[in-house]
Amino acid sequence: MRLSVAPENRPIVIASLFIAAILAAGTAYTLSTTGTTPLLSPNYLLQQLQTGAFLGICAAGMMMVILLGQIDLSVPWTLTAAAMTATAVGGDMAVPTALAVGLAVGLLNGFGVAYLRIPSMIFTLGVDTMLRGLMVAQTGGFAPQDTATPLMLFLAKDRILGIPVAIFVWAAVSLVIALILTRTGFGRSIYATGSREGAAYLSGIRTKWVIVGAFVTSSLCAAIAGVLLTGYSAKAYQGMGNAFLLPAIAAVVLGGTHILGGRGRYAGTLVGVILIVLLNSVLSIMQMPEAGRQIIYGAVIIGMLLVYGRNQQVTS
Amino acid sequence: MKGKAGIRRWLLQNLGFATAVLLFIVLFATYNVLHPRGFSSAVAIQNSNETVAIAFVAMAQTLPVLLGGLDLSVGAVMTLTNCVASELLYGSPAQILLGVLLTLMTGAAFGLMNGCIVVYGRIQPIIATLATGAIAIGLALLIRPKPGGKVDDDLSWALTNSVYDLADTYGFADGGNAWWLRPFADIPVPVILVLLVAFVVWVPFRRSVTGRTVYAIGSAEGAAYMSGLPIHRAKIAAFTLGGFLAACGGLYLAIQTSSGNADIQQAGAYTLNSIAAVVLGGTSLLGGVGGAIGSLFGAMILRVISFYFRILDIDPLLQPLIEGVVLLLAVSFGAFRTLRVKNQLDLFR
Repeated sequence: MRLSVAPENRPIVIASLFIAAILAAGTAYTLSTTGTTPLLSPNYLLQQLQTGAFLGICAAGMMMVILLGQIDLSVPWTLTAAAMTATAVGGDMAVPTALAVGLAVGLLNGFGVAYLRIPSMIFTLGVDTMLRGLMVAQTGGFAPQDTATPLMLFLAKDRILGIPVAIFVWAAVSLVIALILTRTGFGRSIYATGSREGAAYLSGIRTKWVIVGAFVTSSLCAAIAGVLLTGYSAKAYQGMGNAFLLPAIAAVVLGGTHILGGRGRYAGTLVGVILIVLLNSVLSIMQMPEAGRQIIYGAVIIGMLLVYGRNQQVTS
Repeated sequence: MKGKAGIRRWLLQNLGFATAVLLFIVLFATYNVLHPRGFSSAVAIQNSNETVAIAFVAMAQTLPVLLGGLDLSVGAVMTLTNCVASELLYGSPAQILLGVLLTLMTGAAFGLMNGCIVVYGRIQPIIATLATGAIAIGLALLIRPKPGGKVDDDLSWALTNSVYDLADTYGFADGGNAWWLRPFADIPVPVILVLLVAFVVWVPFRRSVTGRTVYAIGSAEGAAYMSGLPIHRAKIAAFTLGGFLAACGGLYLAIQTSSGNADIQQAGAYTLNSIAAVVLGGTSLLGGVGGAIGSLFGAMILRVISFYFRILDIDPLLQPLIEGVVLLLAVSFGAFRTLRVKNQLDLFR
């Protein structure tokens, strides 16, 4: 009997199978070297999900923007700026400050892309550079407060019922994004605008607002990730967001979202994030040097996309 | 040959390019006026040395952008070839020459691989090169786990100084004193190298059928296909040439620094700066409009802005901020287009 899977679910199914394969390969390795199976213990998996939460939240926001056929390159320094400003303010206002920074950056990005019509690739890159400059200028000369507030520590490190709080935060963000995409007019407008903006505009969708909304969501997600990451590493520091940009894009695309917009399911992005996190973790358990990790990482992305991410051939 | 109307048309068609050239001339001339030792060979040599790598990488980025795509691996390919070159550029002249060829071929081969993945794998360029960029960095780390390397000292000196020093080092034209060399003696060698590559590699490519096809694909791929243009060949050629140009950058960086460094951050910075340079140079990110010479000027504008910090008394801590704001303002000039649009639908391309 041949299993039939809807085309939009194929990436999710294949990526899930690949996650199982990674876990199997890792377990085979640990069985052959130490005779134990740490990879299959719930504790290990929960820990991976906890560290995956930062990437997961960044990817959730990135997906909204990619669904429009745009991209948000300002994620690294939005994350860092939100975290650094929040810790500098400190106290109870820290987390709202981070969100406010995210909102401001998102509005700026959205304004540039939707109203000025500058390609997101270059506008968000400029915003990223500017934010880096702001942070360098802010921390220069004197050292502002950079320690995480108790709330941040709680969100990132504590556990409720044995499950890290960070996973709950990730789950909440995921739930909100999934509901937006599937159950609200805004979500449908994103798909419509990403498919063909002209048609969406003529159907009465305020496409500019949709674009601004998506960029705000992306920056807010980056800010939330910044708050969590600050709690996790107990302080905010320059360059803390640099490691998240390309993996976030890769996770979204591995999950089956089309880079040119209009197609993709949130479940795919979740699977993509878990795939990347587990791949990294298993490779480091195998004590693979950085060179090998990079090569395998690139080869996996290419390999997976060759299986399900191919475009239509241009024939007319 | 061109009348007044012809010049006018050229200006309208190449507005971005003309603006970039003008902006660069104004910025660079002002810089030299303000500089205590402006308009001297020493300043020109120093400036050009610092510009070559990003100029080549920006030219490399231009080709995928003209196709309507983006190459996120140019910085990584430059890093890879930088590491390859740091292993090969010493020994006898024949060995050095072989090393140069092998370095350039490494880059071209990597570009060829990118092209094949994009054409036959039918994966979007931006995401395919995101992955191959990781592979390139991995290979670079394999070759050179720690920064270092060995590059022939004569070569390193001769190619990073003036024409006089080049002739002096290799003992031709009476050690640089021949009368016919005099007019050119003060020109920095890196400038000549960039111009050589631009006019021997890029200009003929642009005028070939393959090169024109690259522009056609960027404008309308379907139309290019229906016109019987060699789409696959043009895409593969564009990525291969991109890899070659990135390799030129990596090769020069190895010669300039006498070492190779597999630095992921540096590779990322070069990639992102190359996109900025391409846009500043008047190439449209939508594809089909622009050219590598424009990107060359875009890269030079980016560099000149950072040169200003040395002569103006600006707090070093504010430099990244000013760089960011200038970049943002420069690209925002593209927004003037939206003011002229009469039909809202024209915005949605």
